Amino acid sequence: MLIKLTGGRLYDPAHNIDGKVQDIFIKNGRIVGQPSDGAVVDKQYDIRGKVVMAGAIDMHTHIGGGKVNIARLMLPEDHRSDIVAHNELCRAGCGHAAPSTLTTGYRYAEMGYTSCFEPALLPVNARQSHLEMGDTPIIDKGGYAMLGNDDFFLRMLAAKKDQDAINDYVAWTLHSTQTMGIKVVNPGGISAFKFNQRALDLDELNSYYQVSPRDVLVSLSRAVYELGIPHPLHVHGNNLGVPGNMETTLKTISAAEGYPMHLTHIQFHSYGTEGDRKFSSGAAEIANAINKNKNISADVGQILFGQTVTCSGDNMRQHANAGLGSPHKSVIMDIECDAGCGVVPFKYKDKNFVNALQWAIGLEIFLLVDDPWRIFLTTDHPNGAPFTSYPHLIKLLMDKTFRNEMFAKLNLDAQALSTLNSIEREYTLYEIAIMTRAGAAKLVGLHDRGHLGIGAAADITVYTDNPDRELMFSKPDYVFKDGELVVQNGKVVKVTWGNTHTVKPEFDLNGIEKDLRTYFDKYHTMKLDQFKINQDEISANGRGNVVVHPCEGRREKTI
Amino acid sequence: MEKESRITTYNSVTCPACSLLCDDLNVMSDAAGGSIKMLENGCSRSIKFFEHTLNSIEPRLEGQKTNLDNAISHATKLIKASNHTLISGLAVDVHGMRSILSLADKIGASLDHMNSSAMLRNTLVVQNSGWQVCTLTEVRNRVDLLLVIGTDIVSIYPRFFEKVVWIDEIMFDQDISNREIVYIGGKDLNTDSGMSKNGKKPTVISCENTDLPEVTNAIRALVQGKSVSSEKVGGIAVSDLKQLAERLIASKYSVITWATSTFDFPHAELTVQNITETINFLNRKTRCSGLPLAGNEGDVTANQVSTWISGYPIRNSFIHGYPEYSPYQFNTPELLSNGEADILIWVNTLNPDRLPPSCDIPTIVFGHPDMKFNKEPDLFIPVGVPGIDHTGTMFRCDNVVSLQLKKIRESKLPTLQSVVSSIESSL
Ligand code: SF4
Ligand SMILES: [Zn+2]
Repeated sequence: MLIKLTGGRLYDPAHNIDGKVQDIFIKNGRIVGQPSDGAVVDKQYDIRGKVVMAGAIDMHTHIGGGKVNIARLMLPEDHRSDIVAHNELCRAGCGHAAPSTLTTGYRYAEMGYTSCFEPALLPVNARQSHLEMGDTPIIDKGGYAMLGNDDFFLRMLAAKKDQDAINDYVAWTLHSTQTMGIKVVNPGGISAFKFNQRALDLDELNSYYQVSPRDVLVSLSRAVYELGIPHPLHVHGNNLGVPGNMETTLKTISAAEGYPMHLTHIQFHSYGTEGDRKFSSGAAEIANAINKNKNISADVGQILFGQTVTCSGDNMRQHANAGLGSPHKSVIMDIECDAGCGVVPFKYKDKNFVNALQWAIGLEIFLLVDDPWRIFLTTDHPNGAPFTSYPHLIKLLMDKTFRNEMFAKLNLDAQALSTLNSIEREYTLYEIAIMTRAGAAKLVGLHDRGHLGIGAAADITVYTDNPDRELMFSKPDYVFKDGELVVQNGKVVKVTWGNTHTVKPEFDLNGIEKDLRTYFDKYHTMKLDQFKINQDEISANGRGNVVVHPCEGRREKTI
Repeated sequence: MEKESRITTYNSVTCPACSLLCDDLNVMSDAAGGSIKMLENGCSRSIKFFEHTLNSIEPRLEGQKTNLDNAISHATKLIKASNHTLISGLAVDVHGMRSILSLADKIGASLDHMNSSAMLRNTLVVQNSGWQVCTLTEVRNRVDLLLVIGTDIVSIYPRFFEKVVWIDEIMFDQDISNREIVYIGGKDLNTDSGMSKNGKKPTVISCENTDLPEVTNAIRALVQGKSVSSEKVGGIAVSDLKQLAERLIASKYSVITWATSTFDFPHAELTVQNITETINFLNRKTRCSGLPLAGNEGDVTANQVSTWISGYPIRNSFIHGYPEYSPYQFNTPELLSNGEADILIWVNTLNPDRLPPSCDIPTIVFGHPDMKFNKEPDLFIPVGVPGIDHTGTMFRCDNVVSLQLKKIRESKLPTLQSVVSSIESSL
């Protein structure tokens, strides 16, 4: 079947196309060149005047796995006000901050998103993450496996194992968990909490293993680089949410030692200690450091006002913050000598000094980082806000008047400490397309998505241009997923099941697996073979077709 | 044709007979006779689970044998005629539960689990205040004081101490034989398993489980440094409880465990909350985690899958076309006695002893082939047992780890998933 999208205005930063009117042809799920004369177009969409981008990619969103399901379970009050009845096509569901899996897939697609990456997949809980993602329709999925607090790795570091051995373990983890990248959360800190340490700064030692977060970061970022994994080490730093943590963040950037490193939800790590309340914005310094260090990228983790829930692997910090939760309840877990998790509901209020300043800090970072290829649009769903608030966030970035109106409603002390309303910058459609498509695809390592070039997967979103960017981005006219029309006028018209993206770097399987097998038998409560996720488990039932991406490092150019 | 015995040995078999999900069993299976024999690492419960003989493999309609197609079309007819289907029991694996949820959404059914009264005593606490808990490998490697409330654990998870407490080696520096075990409450406890390998005896503090609300309240107060005015609580000297509180405070990583199935008294969730708030308080200074023991008929699995697909844990309903959650309204005895449900589908692939509640409405059972009914249901479709007749996935008691189940017997039994999906597609 040959489909033609006629006359749309394309924003395709991977090919430096900024608003050029151009037809798109789709065949067998891919974008193809202009067919030879006489080829019959089976279906044509007249999209003259409309804005065309690749399907959007959320490179950091908590959509599947243990802690998300805990959030669902503990918040029936969140769901009651946001219920979705089933219809001919879509199944029922519910949830505002922590929606059910099917609802999550439909809602992402209805916003023009076609790929989402679960950033905190605990290796020991990988099966559950994949099961949940397998029940998340339409969008493509992938995960980043969490390392850096697991006993096996910390043991290797403590024993000063060489980098090759570390690389083998990292590669083995990617294979066993069927994931796309490696994430570290509060490096060494989750483990330290289990030994009753309550904080861990970059050069502090985990009391048992006698290794520091810096040691963890250096070793893992190098492993990721040397294995050729396209996505840089994904780092949720130490001291999340602590006033003054910008110093830790700046030191963390230096700990990268030039290796590629992605700092996630950087808003939560950009706090100073100035002012009467000893809480201030570190956005300028952090943005400056990102601008200078080209090996660093970040996503913002913007907070938006309202009720949400924070789900994190960082049980040390979540335990410390549990008292601030609203409604007041929390689940904190130590998990399998592998990782941890903490779930704390939060209600961010614009009249609250800290929340108002967090809001401003996030936007300051967006606007002060020069290179949209290295800063990404996230709310760290659901930690800063549910993903359904992305259109609102885009409007804040693209519309200075609107932004300043919102700013004027903030807590006055917070206004006094922020430079936000003096920043003139407004994001352009081209820059939004970089942040949410081309840049995100490049960062994750999806070279055939996030752009509209010939050969790309036909994940395409078509919007009606509207000066109200929130309206525009909430309701695309058309969304194509792998060439199939899945959304029309902001509503699902066809339910498909996306792919699961993975990398499988080469490594010495036998050496590392022999050690791991003994290790599991000695210390764990399940066998090694149960820990490993088989590719067929994911692709069973015709869902979650597993795609393996090459490990050739970061590429500058997509096709 | 002559029946040839074809014996196969399976190693590293996962056992779904309790939610400890041991994955180190070795069994022998005779393909021709359908019999299975435990070779290694079984316990009384798993032997019973695996070594049963395969009885009914044919569906029965009103007590008469029928074929699967007939049975499915009859089930479809009953469901079509119903206004409110109650799907209860739900002793299932992940794939079975997925198919049940899909059907429930389509027909507007209500969902309840056979163990949900016990399970909800924990769910309500998580929804009210949350908790601080851990998983089995953490317990195995870290626990220095294990406080067991209202149970002996082994009557629920026979191999718990063998697999989690009295092991040979742990990750960190700790003398395993110095681990302290304290039991409080419970009836007819088997506390032998609490004895360490070198003969160190556990501490046993007796009381009736119905005294646990008071006793846990006193422990909570004592841990918080408050005084308790009486000399005895639930027949236990307060000085003993005070000593226990001090041991908890002094311990580096204590674990407190309880089984809500034994908390059979009104407002048991408040007792759970006494325990979880004790744990929360201890974590201000030291480390302590809860280990809530789940039930054994796939309750953890059913609850997890329900939560991600519908957004709600069990008990819930699709009666209005969207998910609704109500621990009180969608409860099986209630829906049966008040006449709201007009057919009952009892789903139980795991434990043949758990029979459907007796009721006057048409009853369909998708069940374990060995179920023996007091009152024959209108329709019985025997289905495969996950982990024996087909592969599957189940969640362990700690709600984090999920394991794959093996197929170790050739049988003609259909999977629950295939039965439910056929019904759904013929509606
Ligand atoms: S303890 Fe439980 S899981 Fe382990 S073998 Fe016995 S019944 Fe099976
Ligand atoms: Zn996150």
